[in-house]
Amino acid sequence: MTGKTNLSIKAVGGTGSSQVAEFPYRETRLAQSADKQVEFRSIEKRYGHHQVLSDLSLSIKRGEKLSLIGPSGSGKTTVLRILMTLETIQGGSIWIDGKPLWHEERNGQLVKASQQHLRRQRAKIGMVFQHFNLFPHMTALENISQPQRIVLGRPRVEADVQALELLDMVGLRERAHHYPAQLSGGQKQRVAIARALAMKPEIMLFDEITSALDPELVEEVLNVLREIGRTSDMTMLLVTHEMTFAKEFSDRVLFMDGGRIVEEGEPDQLFSAPTQDRTRSFLRKIIAAGQRI
Amino acid sequence: MSQLYSFLPMLLQGLVTTIQITVVAAVIATVVATVCGVIRYSGWWPLRAIVGIYIEIFRGTSCYVQLFWAFFVLPLLGVTLSPFAAAVVVIGLNVGSYGSEVVRGALKAVPRGQWEACVALNYSTWHKYRYVIVPQAMRLAIAPMANLMVDLLKITPLVSLVTISDLTYEAMVVRQQTGNSFATFLTILVVYFVLSSAIIAVFRRLEIHFSRGAETFATNKEAAAT
Amino acid sequence: MTFDFDFALQVLPDLVRGFAITIQATVGGSVLALALGLAFALANRSENRLLRVCSGSASEFLRRTPLLVQLFFIFYVLPDVGIVIPPIWAGILALGLHSSAYMSEVYRAGIEAVPKGQWEAALALNYHPVQTWRRVILPQAIPPMVPALGNYVVLMFKETALLAVITVPEAMNTARDIGNSTYQYTEPVTVVGILYLLISIPVVLALRFIERRVHQEAA
Repeated sequence: MTGKTNLSIKAVGGTGSSQVAEFPYRETRLAQSADKQVEFRSIEKRYGHHQVLSDLSLSIKRGEKLSLIGPSGSGKTTVLRILMTLETIQGGSIWIDGKPLWHEERNGQLVKASQQHLRRQRAKIGMVFQHFNLFPHMTALENISQPQRIVLGRPRVEADVQALELLDMVGLRERAHHYPAQLSGGQKQRVAIARALAMKPEIMLFDEITSALDPELVEEVLNVLREIGRTSDMTMLLVTHEMTFAKEFSDRVLFMDGGRIVEEGEPDQLFSAPTQDRTRSFLRKIIAAGQRI
Repeated sequence: MSQLYSFLPMLLQGLVTTIQITVVAAVIATVVATVCGVIRYSGWWPLRAIVGIYIEIFRGTSCYVQLFWAFFVLPLLGVTLSPFAAAVVVIGLNVGSYGSEVVRGALKAVPRGQWEACVALNYSTWHKYRYVIVPQAMRLAIAPMANLMVDLLKITPLVSLVTISDLTYEAMVVRQQTGNSFATFLTILVVYFVLSSAIIAVFRRLEIHFSRGAETFATNKEAAAT
Repeated sequence: MTFDFDFALQVLPDLVRGFAITIQATVGGSVLALALGLAFALANRSENRLLRVCSGSASEFLRRTPLLVQLFFIFYVLPDVGIVIPPIWAGILALGLHSSAYMSEVYRAGIEAVPKGQWEAALALNYHPVQTWRRVILPQAIPPMVPALGNYVVLMFKETALLAVITVPEAMNTARDIGNSTYQYTEPVTVVGILYLLISIPVVLALRFIERRVHQEAA
């Protein structure tokens, strides 16, 4: 059902296995079908009468780093939100590892997914939000350690050790016992990234994670992202306004407008030689606003 | 004034009854408010409708009417409760109906991003409420809850109208026996004032206890607004 | 044991007459509470410390003690000091005093919500303080308060039932009398409950509507 025969091989995750020691959260996958880890098929999404996504189809390969760009209201954030099951869809289907996300197969028929099915599928996905959404009543360490304990059932010590290692990776070990209110925006976002990584997702969604930050704090968060991209083979979906970063970081860039994918391609091609008028005019506006691409 | 001293044991006994009713009714009200508040916020719609009707009935009529109904009508319908049980149930349900709106409001005030983070981290419904939503909502609900508990204390004198010997009832007896309305009523007004103040003090302590990391609420709200 | 509809219909006119008194008491109490509440709120902002402390503790005391006991106090103590007023006036006095303490908080919040710039503009235009309050501050502060003040009026409307205990012949008292003389409590008390709902629910819905409107205008 997901075209398993079409085996295009893609080198998984950056620079190879020598990095495993540095980065403790690498998923070592044996030879699996690298093709189409995530597939959107003819997705329809409406808020009332407002059509947010129309007939959107999209395949994402295992380990791929995909950036979604486009004007605000183009539906790019919605793509992430429906994959995280934060939004329902009105039509079409989403497939992860050959299994539907919102549906379940029962007696050869697709029926609405049960809570258990949703939770099982969700376990493969992690998300980092624009506004961090850290739990304000817990310290940075608790924010990272508690979800591991109560969702994955890890023992406290193990969860705390993992949390500390991740805090180390994002450079915030000495802030472990600070509450979110005592951290800067950039620090909060790094804790949020660590929290999502701790759950060992196979697919990570980054929803405009630098948009709420003061300009001088953007780089420290992007550096964490670079580190993850370099050392892990996770599939990563980014919605971003940082064109320079999207160009440098992604394997593929998608330009969306009006709830549709207008154009997609490798970053070099899309940014330097876009084929569509709408892409060109969007990129012109970005450049006019002072960003270098 | 001095003759009042000989009646102190009576007033003390009444005070004990008042405190008992307040505490038991407060427990009932808190449970009812929490359960109904959660249902009102995110329940299955038929349940939500039923809870809505209960709330409108209890908020739309006087607690005195409700007590009277429980004392004189329920027995005729074959439901016999002891006066104490009827009193605490009616007061608990009455205050609980207001409290459920407080709980619903507090749940609504927890930023949307917190609920979304729970989905993204794959929390079960129980864990979501237990570890993330309730601790935050609790902080928002404490101040209005303190006011409700003072209101609860303040409606307990109604039970004196349906044969329960609480503080107000005993005061009426003392007034009749001594003829000193001023001293009697002033005394119990002061006692009620002290009890109310004690309730408020306790809730202030609770609020401090639950305010861990509280400053972020402001920043979260700002973030949610942009 | 069944509900006797004929009996309920038969006592309805008496109960409605009782409700007329309930409503009189509510209106009287509200007028008193609205005026006294504003007085408390203004006194709490006064520059005179003594006045601030007095009005502050008085309203706090009123809020932290039961209405029923306040009602008894006024009803039984006033005659002792030579002030004899009809029970309904004692009732209105108690309702008004009790509510005014709450309404003063609504006024306070409403007044504080008027931006500081409005005070500064009035000062810059050399308004007299009375003019500032009457022409600038209160006209802006009061409309958003309407729902909250209205809720306290509804609350008072329900509390009027307490006046039964000081012999005011309002609805609840009438129901009790009917019960005492016929030994049928179910019908009169239930009818009173329904009449309360019939009045309070539309008023509450109207207040919610107004509240939404006020919020929309603010947004």
